[in-house]
Amino acid sequence: MTDKQTPLQKRTLKDFIAFIIAELKPRGKIFTPFNIITAPILALGIILVVYRLINGLGSVVTEAPGFPWGIWIGFNVMVGVAFAGGAYVLTFVVYILRSEKYHPIIRATILNGFLAYVFYAGAIFLDLGRWWNIVNPLIGNKFGVNSVLFLVAWHFLLYMIAEFIEFSPAFAEWLGLKKIRKILHSFTLGAVIFGITLSTLHQSGLGALVMMAKPNIHPLWYTEFIPVLFLVSSVFAGLSMVIFEGTISTRVFGNQLTDDFRRSYDDIVLGLGKTCAAVMFVYLFLKALVLIHGANWSLIATPMGYWYLTEVVGLTLIPCILFLRGFRDRNIKIIRMAAILTMAGIIINRCNYVFIAYKWYVPLSERYIPSWQEVVMALTIVFAHIWVFRWIVHRMAVYRKPPAWTIKEDRHAA
Amino acid sequence: MDRRTFLKRIGIGMAGMTCGGILAPGRLNAQGVAEETEFLSILIDTTRCIGCRSCELACAETYDLPIPDIEDDSVFKEERRTTETQWTVVNRYETDKGTVYAVKRCMHCNQPACVAACLVKAMKKEEEGPVTWAENCMGCKMCAFSCPFEKAVLETHSPTPRIRKCLLCWDKRLVKGEIPACVEACPTEALVFGTRRELLEEARTRIYQHPDRYVHHIYGETEVGGTSVMYLSAVPFEQLGFRTDLGTTSLPELSTGFLYAVPIIFVLWPAFLLGVHRATQKEED
Ligand code: SF4
Ligand code: SF4
Repeated sequence: MTDKQTPLQKRTLKDFIAFIIAELKPRGKIFTPFNIITAPILALGIILVVYRLINGLGSVVTEAPGFPWGIWIGFNVMVGVAFAGGAYVLTFVVYILRSEKYHPIIRATILNGFLAYVFYAGAIFLDLGRWWNIVNPLIGNKFGVNSVLFLVAWHFLLYMIAEFIEFSPAFAEWLGLKKIRKILHSFTLGAVIFGITLSTLHQSGLGALVMMAKPNIHPLWYTEFIPVLFLVSSVFAGLSMVIFEGTISTRVFGNQLTDDFRRSYDDIVLGLGKTCAAVMFVYLFLKALVLIHGANWSLIATPMGYWYLTEVVGLTLIPCILFLRGFRDRNIKIIRMAAILTMAGIIINRCNYVFIAYKWYVPLSERYIPSWQEVVMALTIVFAHIWVFRWIVHRMAVYRKPPAWTIKEDRHAA
Repeated sequence: MDRRTFLKRIGIGMAGMTCGGILAPGRLNAQGVAEETEFLSILIDTTRCIGCRSCELACAETYDLPIPDIEDDSVFKEERRTTETQWTVVNRYETDKGTVYAVKRCMHCNQPACVAACLVKAMKKEEEGPVTWAENCMGCKMCAFSCPFEKAVLETHSPTPRIRKCLLCWDKRLVKGEIPACVEACPTEALVFGTRRELLEEARTRIYQHPDRYVHHIYGETEVGGTSVMYLSAVPFEQLGFRTDLGTTSLPELSTGFLYAVPIIFVLWPAFLLGVHRATQKEED
């Protein structure tokens, strides 16, 4: 892969189209194991998406009366958005606290966050029975301003725009648009502040979303603090995702990494691990308070109670300790393991609110269990995200150094 | 950073705040429908119900739903739930006091969770009380997720699904001044129609006059902040398949705290972030 984008100063439209077409072509090896596994799933998934949009939800989704939401909302939307939390946390650290340490991974994280919103917030679309009406809350075919979902929907949209602006300088570099890059670059701080505010609100908003369903949610999970718990957990969910994503990206995109990046990478991961541990500690503290306050001790010794302990002890407390150990011993492996456990914990936590601890009293035979089509489509969304991410990393300055002219320009601007 | 860029950045922050003002909730549903208007209601006296299912038939005829075979007793074998084609279902329960029939449908809550949940106001609490649905719905199922009675049901097997549930005959009969079809069809007057206030009085009178016949509770009087469909029973309501753990707070109130906090955060957070950003600025900038 050669960096061939020496920006052309004066470009005709024809050159531009030729450039885009050239860029659209795949780069790198085509028959990698990852591609061989994901391509068929993607193909099948796309067919299923079209099929579902034409024939209605019932054609692919498990019918479980009383369980309106399944893995698309529980896993794709709720978990996807929590995992995308890394972007707002790191933009806070890098642009607001001006920590140079995390600068090398900021672009990848923002890109990942942006794509996560496009694909995972986009997963809502799949779950909409009347998807052609998706624009209604935006164009004002009645504003349900009292609805938490209304707020979340708007925030998703605005946040996507904010994240796109944060990432857009890389886009402009790719296209060699110097002037436009300069303008976009000057928007960054505004977009960051706006984006962090939006994130705070919709990460907690996703929690507030389930609050009205209080009678339907197991008392061990229901508390008035759900929005706070969602917000706090999005911090370590997002950072764990950054660690996990980095593990893979540093291997796959190894040839793009700058020396700077290699040198500082271990420190970055250690720092992220330490932050995760601290935030998880706060989260666990809150969880304990809620449990004591709710006086639900007796429920712990029930099957749902064991499930609760699996989530809170097995997949939050233990990774929290692992993060600490990993940080103390400077052991990246342990931190990675902790990140994976944390992510599993988040998946279980979010799905609990949507369909596991939701209507816990319904016997197993009548419960929601995803159909294979739902699983394929859920995976399709994840793989589509990864494919687009890879496509962009290969073409734009995500991990590698931005083109030389930008550095000169930034210095000039500062 | 010179002053101009700084001002520009402030400007962006301000734009964000105004946006927050627009997007933040104005009047909250919990407040909006809480004023005790005279909601139209149905009182269901389960001690009078004979399980004839005439109401099911009347409902299906009014709304062009598949006509049920009301002679068929086998439907009582299992407790049925309302579906997209059966908006009112009679169930049979074996209780301490023998067989009791109870008819279930949307409760037309006073402060409905489904209405507060809807992001396009497709679910609507009419001023007269019925909870109705409109075509601008997105099918997000947020209403179904929030309903404590599992009564908002999306037609899954249709490419153009609608939320289907009892509408209290709002569009077909109430607007014409007629009473709901099920009430009219009931041969034993197990169902009576009136304003909520009248019906509560009627229910209390019945309990007062026959203290041994009824448990001293009107289901729906206070459950989730009160409902417009209310029940009388001879046996504790658990035995008739009712949830008795719902509490008396209206469900929309549970998320108002969050919604109130939104505009505040929207104003304070950007200002705070900008402040921190300025504070961390290095000298040479
Ligand atoms: S019973 Fe359910 S669907 Fe009916 S008004 Fe109440 S919340 Fe809405
Ligand atoms: S499914 Fe329709 S009626 Fe129900 S909350 Fe969503 S948009 Fe509103």
